[in-house]
Amino acid sequence: MNRIKKTFDDLKKSNKKGLGIFLTAGDPDFDTSLKIIENLPDNGVDFIEIGMPFSDPMADGPSIQLSSQRALKSGMSLKKSLLLVETFRKKNSHTPIILMGYFNPIYIFGKTKFINKCNEIGVDGLIVVDLPPEEDEELFIEAENKNLSCIRLVTPTTNKSRLEKILSNASGFVYYVSITGITGTQAPILENVSTNIKNIKSITDLPVVVGFGIRSPSQALAMANISDGVVIGSAVVDLINVSLDENANKSDTTINSCLNFITKVSKEIKHN
Amino acid sequence: MSNINFNSLKTGPDSNGKFGIYGGRFVAETLMPLILEVESSYEKAVKDKFFIDELEKYRRDYIGRPSPLYLAERLTEHFGGAKIYLKRDELNHTGAHKINNVLGQILLAKKMGKNKIIAETGAGQHGVATATACALFGFECEVFMGAMDIERQKPNVQRMQLLGAKIYPVTSGTGTLKDAMNDALRYWVSNANTHFYIIGTAAGPHPYPKMVRDFQSVIGEEARSQILEKENRLPDALVACIGGGSNALGLFHPFLDDKEVEIFGVEAAGKGINSNLHAASLTAGSPGILHGNRTYLLQNEDGQITDAHSISAGLDYPGIGPEHSWLYDIGRIKYLSTTDEESLAAFELCSRLEGIIPALEPAHALHITGKLAAERKGQIIIMNMCGRGDKDLSSVLPLINKIS
Ligand SMILES: Cc1ncc(COP(=O)(O)O)c(C=O)c1O
Repeated sequence: MNRIKKTFDDLKKSNKKGLGIFLTAGDPDFDTSLKIIENLPDNGVDFIEIGMPFSDPMADGPSIQLSSQRALKSGMSLKKSLLLVETFRKKNSHTPIILMGYFNPIYIFGKTKFINKCNEIGVDGLIVVDLPPEEDEELFIEAENKNLSCIRLVTPTTNKSRLEKILSNASGFVYYVSITGITGTQAPILENVSTNIKNIKSITDLPVVVGFGIRSPSQALAMANISDGVVIGSAVVDLINVSLDENANKSDTTINSCLNFITKVSKEIKHN
Repeated sequence: MSNINFNSLKTGPDSNGKFGIYGGRFVAETLMPLILEVESSYEKAVKDKFFIDELEKYRRDYIGRPSPLYLAERLTEHFGGAKIYLKRDELNHTGAHKINNVLGQILLAKKMGKNKIIAETGAGQHGVATATACALFGFECEVFMGAMDIERQKPNVQRMQLLGAKIYPVTSGTGTLKDAMNDALRYWVSNANTHFYIIGTAAGPHPYPKMVRDFQSVIGEEARSQILEKENRLPDALVACIGGGSNALGLFHPFLDDKEVEIFGVEAAGKGINSNLHAASLTAGSPGILHGNRTYLLQNEDGQITDAHSISAGLDYPGIGPEHSWLYDIGRIKYLSTTDEESLAAFELCSRLEGIIPALEPAHALHITGKLAAERKGQIIIMNMCGRGDKDLSSVLPLINKIS
C-alpha cells in the first residue's frame, strides 16, 4: 500500500485539499514531540513531515533553526528521529510520514542502512533539501528503487528545462517552494504561485503541495485553493517556542497550543 | 563519468564538480539554476581575452602583482637549515591574498550583470577585499561576519564600514566563519535573482572550489617562475596555512605535478588536536557534506557539525576545500598542524627577525616552515606569507605579553 498515493486519491475523491504539518523530531523533547505528532491525524492533518534536526540547516529561517537546536539539545539524533517514527507507526498505519532533512546525517548513518530502516519502520517519503537532481546517485536512485517516494522541490527559480528534468524522476507528490527564500521568512505571492503550479501540472499528474511561507489559516486556504495541499512548519514550531517555560522546557500549553492552531487551519481549508 | 587525467593532478574537478569523491553541488534547488549559470559564465569568461586582460590589468595596477619572492635571510639563519623564501602576498592591496580571488569574481559578476555582492568573512580579510572591490566597481556590498569575529578583528570591521559595506553580525552557532557562511548562503537563497555571492575560499558548491583555486593560482605561477629565476631550480618544499584552503591551493596547484616538490598544508591545532578545541578537519575529521560540498569535516557520530576553534579567525572553520580532501587521500600533500601558542611565537619571531608582522594565519605556516627548515640544510622552502598582521594586534598583544 502506498500511503501517499492513497491519501491524495481519497482527498481528491472527497474534493478536499491536503494539510501537511512539519515538526522537528524531538522539539522540544522526544516525548512531547511524539505526543503532538500522534495527535495530528485526529486534528485534521493528512500527512506529516518530520524534520531530522541538523546543526547547520542552510535552507531554514530562524524558526526552524531554533527548533533544530532545541531538538539537538534535548539529545536528538538521526537514530532517535527514526525511533520516533517507529513509535508513531505502531499506533497509526495510514498517515503518510515524510522525513525531511539535510544529507550529512544520512550520509554518516549510511545510505543503504538508512533506506532499509525507513522501509522497515514505515517511512513513506524523503525530502533532502541539499540533494538536487544533480546528486541523485547519492541517495534517491536507491531509495526510489526500494519504493520510498523521493519528494522533489520545485522553486520559483526552477526554469522550464530543469522542471522537466526534476519531474521526470518525481514520485509521491511535488513540493512547490512558494518563495525564493528560506523557510518561514516571507509571504508567498498568490499569483506567482498559481502560474507556477499550472506549469507543473501541465507536465505531471502528481499532486502539487505548497509550502515554505504559509503562516495563517487564511493564507493556507488561499494556497490550498490553487493546489492539492499545503504544508505549515515555521508557524507551528514558533508556537512551540513561545509556549516553553523559562528553562526552555515544555509547558502545559505546548501541546494544545499547537493542536488548536492546526485544527483551525484544517477547518479553514476543509470547510468544516 | 570522471574526466580526471591521472597523468596530471591538475585537471580536476570532473564535469560534476568532483575531485575523486569530494566536491559536488549539494545545494537547495533554489540555488541550482544560479550556480549552473555561474559555472557556464565562468567557463566562458576564462576563454574571453577581454576578461583575462582586464583581470591582468587589475592584478598589476591595483593589487600590485607580482608579489615579491623574498629570501628571508634572518629566519633562514635562525632555523639554521633550508633557505626560507616568503611569497609576499601580504603586500597585496588590502593586505592578504583574498583580493586575488575577489577581483576575479567581481569581474565575473559584472559580466553576468549582477551588481549586488554578498560575502562571508572570518578574519575580515575577504570581507575587506570584497568591500574594496565593490567600492572600486560601485557595487552594493553585504558582508556576513560572526559576532565573535567582529570582536577579534575590529580593524577590518572598521575598514569595511569605511568602504561602504553593510555588515550583518551572525550570532547563530559559535558566531564564527561557519555560521557566517550559513547565513550568507541563506541570504543568497533569498536573493538568488539579484545577488552574486563571492565565496572567499576554495570551498562551497561547484564551481566555487575550482574558480577560487584558479584565481589564486597566480600565487604559485609567479612563485614558480621567480624561484627558477633566483635559484635556477624548483623548491624542495612548499608550505601554506589552511582555513578553507585558498591561499594554499593558490601556491600549491602550479606545482602539483612536480614530483620532486614536497607540499605541506598547515591546519590550526588550536589548543591541541586532542583537546577538541581545534580546526584540523583533515588531521582529526572525517568526510561529510556541508556548505555545498563533500569534504573532510569536524563532526560527531550523528553527522552534526562540531565547532572549530582557532586563535586565528581565518582558520576557525570546521571544513576544508574539497580539492584538499582529495589531495590528502591520494597522499600528494602532507597536512600538519600548529597550535595557538606555537603560532603566537612564530608571529613574534617573524616580526622581530624580518620586520614583517604576519597575520596569525600564515604564522601557523611559519611554525611548520621553521621546523622543516631546521632539518633540511641545503634545501629551499617557499612559504606563502598570505597576509599581514595589523588586524591581529589587539587580540595578539595581550597574549604575547602574557607569554613573555
Ligand atoms: C591572511 C589569511 N590567511 C589565510 C586565510 C585562510 O583562508 P584560506 O585557507 O582560504 O587561504 C585567511 C582567511 O580569512 C586570511 O585572512
